[in-house]
Amino acid sequence: MVGANPDPHVTDGDPNRRDFIHIAAGVAAVGIVGTLAWPFIDQMNPAGDTLALASIEFDLSKVAEGQQVVVKWRGKPLFIRFRTPKEIEEAIKGDHADLRDPATDESRHKPGKAQYLILVGTCTHLGCVPTFGGGDYGGWFCPCHGSVYDTSGRIRKGPAPLNLLVPEYSFLSDTKVKVG
Amino acid sequence: MSGHSTYVPKTGFERWLDSRLPIIRLANDTIITFPTPKNLNYWWTFGGILSMMLGLQIVTGIILAMHYVPHVDYAFNSVERIMRDVNYGWLIRYMHANGASMFFVAVYIHIFRNLYYGSYKAPREVLWILGCVIYLLMMATAFMGYVLPWGQMSFHGAVVITNLLGAFPIVGDAITTLLWGGFAVDEPTLKRFFSLHYLLPFMIAGVVVLHVWALHVVGQNNPTGIEPKSKADTLPFTPFATVKDGFAMSLFLILFATFVFFMPDALGHADNYIPANPLVTPSHIVPEWYFLPFYAILRAVPDKLMGVIAMFGAIICIFALPWLDTSKVKSMRYRPQAKLYFFIFLVVCVILGFCGAKLPDDQVIPGLTTFKLVDSDLNSFVWLSRISTLYYFAYFLVVMPLLGLFEKPLPTPETISSPVLGGEHKD
Repeated sequence: MVGANPDPHVTDGDPNRRDFIHIAAGVAAVGIVGTLAWPFIDQMNPAGDTLALASIEFDLSKVAEGQQVVVKWRGKPLFIRFRTPKEIEEAIKGDHADLRDPATDESRHKPGKAQYLILVGTCTHLGCVPTFGGGDYGGWFCPCHGSVYDTSGRIRKGPAPLNLLVPEYSFLSDTKVKVG
Repeated sequence: MSGHSTYVPKTGFERWLDSRLPIIRLANDTIITFPTPKNLNYWWTFGGILSMMLGLQIVTGIILAMHYVPHVDYAFNSVERIMRDVNYGWLIRYMHANGASMFFVAVYIHIFRNLYYGSYKAPREVLWILGCVIYLLMMATAFMGYVLPWGQMSFHGAVVITNLLGAFPIVGDAITTLLWGGFAVDEPTLKRFFSLHYLLPFMIAGVVVLHVWALHVVGQNNPTGIEPKSKADTLPFTPFATVKDGFAMSLFLILFATFVFFMPDALGHADNYIPANPLVTPSHIVPEWYFLPFYAILRAVPDKLMGVIAMFGAIICIFALPWLDTSKVKSMRYRPQAKLYFFIFLVVCVILGFCGAKLPDDQVIPGLTTFKLVDSDLNSFVWLSRISTLYYFAYFLVVMPLLGLFEKPLPTPETISSPVLGGEHKD
């Protein structure tokens, strides 16, 4: 081990070797920390089995006209509402109102399926679950901070900035939908 | 942390902070200007490596606890979920499991370096005892961590180790019942082991702080065992020790990565991938490799209580070493006879580890039958363990006390610098 500890009092004749080991050690440290950081962070993202359960199927014949069924999807409530003709009519009428987040009622349901409205049931303000049928527009009313949604799930009054989100879904048959 | 501080605050903020919380001064005195003997060799890098491993175990452990479920019905499956579904869960769990083994590799090298260079001797007895406490806490932590996956080896390992305490007369049964929280190792046991497994590493970290504190009071030992006498004998911790430690850490991480990526289950047992079944014990139950020497000592004694006492005694001997070793000379560089006994001791510890992994009645030399002594053939691992156990205790209780009185050590150098700069060059 003689010579392993250079004496600082002796003038170093070969500075490059020491520079090299400083840089090599520094690079090793930075490389290791950098390489490990990503797995350590990414482990908090949804795991494989969580993603595998990310879509659900639902039989629409379980919803009665004028009612809604709430199911859990990706840990959140999903509103599946069977709208009455009157509610649809009111929703279409709302297309021409002064909307905070403009969207036509047609864009919020699948073609030819105007009676079925499928929405993520979390208020776009701070994530509470709005209550069915409440508020001035007969859609939903959020009890937390008073946001009011119409029968198309559009924001009409209160602090929420956006309409209730329409999830990605498709009809597998006439009465069966797959969400997610 | 002690002695004269050479820190001079440079900026206004540093001056302001220094008179309120001298934390920069502490860091400066601990890892920048701290004088280290200039002749430290690579055996002195394992302290840094151990701190790194403790940090890594805590970080990976906290991550695993985010995904693990401490329940007899879910523990095994939650570990499998970590391996299969959690992003990079396989990497984190293999790092944690192999990290424990690497932690023990490093701690054993650290301990044997202490034994060889006499680092436990005055004035470093408290430093040594704190190290022994860390080692004990490490063993407790590792044991409880091994139980958590709730595989066959986890479960039956927990059964065997908790039953050890049942060997003590009168209080034994009460202690095991208390540990189990029931009539056997079960749900309450798993829950408390998980809780304590999470707690103990932070206790280790606390004792490490004391260990480092004590180190900075007495200073580091060095290969000559001669205390530094002047500034010429020491170098500042940064850059000399930091760079050297960093380089050694990189090499150690290569070894670690080899296990994690190429042979992650080499140090484990296949049986632990079978869910725990209290009704069937695996045919051959052994602890993790780092416990094997003590396990061999336990089995070497044919009596249950005496076996347990011998096993705990083996650890108590380590604690008592500073008072068992009577030699005035620290480093075995200058103690040729002690050096010989030390290397025999090292080999004996490895043999004990080897014996711990074998069935007691297996033959050491295959096919050779000698004669039956007491209860087994002489050519059996149980007899090899007995001879080794005898040497283990003799090293601490006979060799160390007597050798210091009777041996004639080689002349020791006046200062650390003199053997380096010529003079007696005995190494």
